[in-house]
Amino acid sequence: MSDITKLSLNELIQNIRNKKLSSTEITNSFIERSEKSKKLNTYVTDNFSSALEAAKIFDEKPNMDLKLPGIPIAVKDLFCTNGVRTTAGSNILNNFIPPYESTVTQSMWDEGAILLGKLNCDEFAMGSSNETSFFGNVQNPIGENLVPGGSSGGSSAALAANLTPVTIGTDTGGSIRQPASFTGTVGLKPTYGSCSRYGIVAFASSLDQAGPMSQNVKDAALLLEVISKFDNKDSTSIDFKRNKYSSELTNNIKGLKIGIPNEYRVEGMPKEIEDLWKKGIEIIKDCGAEIVDISLPTTKYALPTYYIVAPAEASSNLARYDGVKYGFRSEGENLIDMYEKTRSEGFGEEVKRRILIGTYVLSSGYYDAYYLKAQKVRQLIKKDFDNVYNNVDAILTPSTPSSAFKIGEKTDDPVSMYLNDIFTVPVNLAGLPGISIPAGIDNKGFPLGLQIIGKPFDEQTILNIAYSMEEKINFKNNITDWWM
Amino acid sequence: MAETNQFFIEREQNKYEVVIGLEVHAQVTSASKLFSSSPTKFGAEPNTQVSLVDAAFPGMLPVINEFCVKQAIKTGIGLKAKINKKSIFDRKNYFYADLPQGYQISQYKYPIIGEGKVILDMADGQKEIGIERLHLEQDAGKSIHDIDPTNTFVDLNRSGVALMEIVSKPDLRSPDEVNAYIKKLRSIMRYLGTCDGNMQEGSLRADVNVSVRRQGDDNFGTRCEIKNVNSIKFMQMAIIYEANRQVDLIEEGKSIDQETRLFDTKKNETRSMRSKEDAHDYRYFPDPDLLPLEISDEFISQIKDEIPELPDEKKKRFIDKFNLSSYEANILVSDIDTSKYFEEVIKNSDVKLATNWITGELFAVLNEKNLEISESPVSSNNLSKLINLIKDGTISGKIAKTIFEEMIDGDKDPQTIVDQKGLKQESDPKALEELINKVIKNNTSKVEEYKSGKEKLFGFFVGQVMKESKGKGNPQLINKILKEKLNG
Repeated sequence: MSDITKLSLNELIQNIRNKKLSSTEITNSFIERSEKSKKLNTYVTDNFSSALEAAKIFDEKPNMDLKLPGIPIAVKDLFCTNGVRTTAGSNILNNFIPPYESTVTQSMWDEGAILLGKLNCDEFAMGSSNETSFFGNVQNPIGENLVPGGSSGGSSAALAANLTPVTIGTDTGGSIRQPASFTGTVGLKPTYGSCSRYGIVAFASSLDQAGPMSQNVKDAALLLEVISKFDNKDSTSIDFKRNKYSSELTNNIKGLKIGIPNEYRVEGMPKEIEDLWKKGIEIIKDCGAEIVDISLPTTKYALPTYYIVAPAEASSNLARYDGVKYGFRSEGENLIDMYEKTRSEGFGEEVKRRILIGTYVLSSGYYDAYYLKAQKVRQLIKKDFDNVYNNVDAILTPSTPSSAFKIGEKTDDPVSMYLNDIFTVPVNLAGLPGISIPAGIDNKGFPLGLQIIGKPFDEQTILNIAYSMEEKINFKNNITDWWM
Repeated sequence: MAETNQFFIEREQNKYEVVIGLEVHAQVTSASKLFSSSPTKFGAEPNTQVSLVDAAFPGMLPVINEFCVKQAIKTGIGLKAKINKKSIFDRKNYFYADLPQGYQISQYKYPIIGEGKVILDMADGQKEIGIERLHLEQDAGKSIHDIDPTNTFVDLNRSGVALMEIVSKPDLRSPDEVNAYIKKLRSIMRYLGTCDGNMQEGSLRADVNVSVRRQGDDNFGTRCEIKNVNSIKFMQMAIIYEANRQVDLIEEGKSIDQETRLFDTKKNETRSMRSKEDAHDYRYFPDPDLLPLEISDEFISQIKDEIPELPDEKKKRFIDKFNLSSYEANILVSDIDTSKYFEEVIKNSDVKLATNWITGELFAVLNEKNLEISESPVSSNNLSKLINLIKDGTISGKIAKTIFEEMIDGDKDPQTIVDQKGLKQESDPKALEELINKVIKNNTSKVEEYKSGKEKLFGFFVGQVMKESKGKGNPQLINKILKEKLNG
């Protein structure tokens, strides 16, 4: 088979189960293509030789009952992987090899998947273009010198370039959905508490969630089924009854009520985004669902709230990277000097900026005005969603206010960079599930995504809506392999 | 009003009162740490009781140890305090080499335990000390500076160990009250099994807040906090030094700076560590890795059922039921092991004798050998037997003391000693009468003197008879018969 790497996850599994393909063949194909795609800079650390060994072992005694039988998968380099370097895209963890495995990745290996490698990302997941990574920016396979989005930019690029059949990212303010939108792929951020945070390098603990990224909705459903699990090692993990997302997947969404929030018509939004949204609404209607105009009045406060809460938590979460125990250390005259040098050289500019913001908003005298107020606003944002969910089953919005932009275009303007997350951030603040699916292209031919936001723990409904829309949209990514 | 043991610092013109508040850090008795399953044993090799969570590896998350929560609630009940059904863990952020996370998980605005009280028995009566709050927090690791001339070593064995910080109101007024307060707190926690109170091992330490004010003033003076003092003696020394230092400043017309100070045990002085201006900004905020701690009524009532009789209640029972003096009861209840020993002894023997023997002979031996009552060389069972031998007249109190001396060596059974050495008391009136006749016969002149009014000589006759009986004569019987003979 010449284009194994173009197959979807579900197709690969079918081929393995039918013994048309072996895990070794599949793994080899993705490794070969990955080797030829170094220009995209998607991998921070590859695991190719171990992956081939694991594939061989799988093929010797294949267990076809597993959900991901012998499937090689590369993951965002924010997931700690036992014995495989985990950097979080940072110099400060440049040499860090965890002696433990994150719960989410362990769930994948337990279902037969094989680690292909660790994918580039913005440093500590702080960024929307993968340009803050210590390991350099990632090229979007859609077009040369385009950003792949971020922070899961290595993941979205690797997925769109067919270097991995599916991948997992993490999403704190849009880090799965925005890069999915920029690369014409599917990305789902589950309800906060669905996927364990154990073993994921923390950015902002109350917002971080792992989630699947895939070529299509069915693949996302299957991967979510594998990684969404209660875990008593994470105190914020929630023990709710999870659906069998892949087998319960249906394109029948007749009678569902889908809300269109007025406040997401932001000022200066390109017309093509507006048009895309309208197209989405028509498709929803075509599918037999009902469109309801709704209002989420606190939407405009979401971004400022996010840029207080997330940096505050980050400033504290990143305090452990001090050169004392593991990771990068720059020797100093004394302890304080060592701290200063280590953290000055170990962290990049964006991370430092957020540590400073976070430290500031938590400082005595500013706490009430910033952090406490942001927490109150966060409650109001959540309440807004609770209110509309009395009347609708899900919400449809654009995923991002623009398509992929040029590398370097926004690096000097953090605020315009932050605006990328304007549609995704409220979902994290409210802890809701959200999925981005490719829905069209702009006048440059770059993909654009639509976001479906669900009720808490109701991933099944947004998957179903996405699934039925996907069928009607019939989006095809135009990847030319320009980098080869 | 009787003389009180009030404590004042006096200068020529003025008399100053000392106001003290304590923040006691008590290590929770628990097999594992507050947020990880690492063991907490004292004295283990450095860095052998450290999990990935304790060392703050990337992506590691804290999970609350329910047992530690239970211990805190138990302690709260023991302090007659309010149990807060919802409390919150916060992060206290600061950088230090032995603080792996870069923050300590503690409770700031919403502690698990609210206001309570501790009753002190002082020489001039009871005094109530208010408890402001009790909260749970993690201990830090230990920086070791004296192994290498240029490097500091870090031991993370303590990192993450559960502590209860118990904050008193500024109700203490003297070093004596501080002594009584710490001892009472320790006693309550040892009864509850929530903290072993071992100060040598650092299970109990305190930050001491000291201020002074002129006698009669209503307002508090500016306080200084003396950090991390680890023995009652040092606390008392530090308070006396610090209070005098503050009084001297006031007398010189100077003001006191609010600051954190350290007590130098070698020089017996406190030294400034950092001023208020240099105080850390800890940037407390709720730990997003942990949900608010919510406690159900069922959980609390379950714990209430497990609360043993505490020292105050036990003391009252001892006084009411056994007719002990307040002083005796205090001694017997102050330490849980003493009260256990006492209650074991009195299961089968006389309460009054048990009280005297424990607070007298036994305590003397323990003091002399520097032993805890839990290490007593004489078991409660054998002491109980000894008391019964006295009570039933088998031996005299005097002989009992001789036997007790022997029992110390290997916890011997007193009955065996009596049998082996023939120490059984002579209680046969006929036999005693014979001895008495002999003494009277041999001391005719003394008998005359006695009969002519020199009654003091009675003791002499008793002594002589005792001597004849080789110490084994029943003293009550000897008295009785001797009196009949001499007066008859």
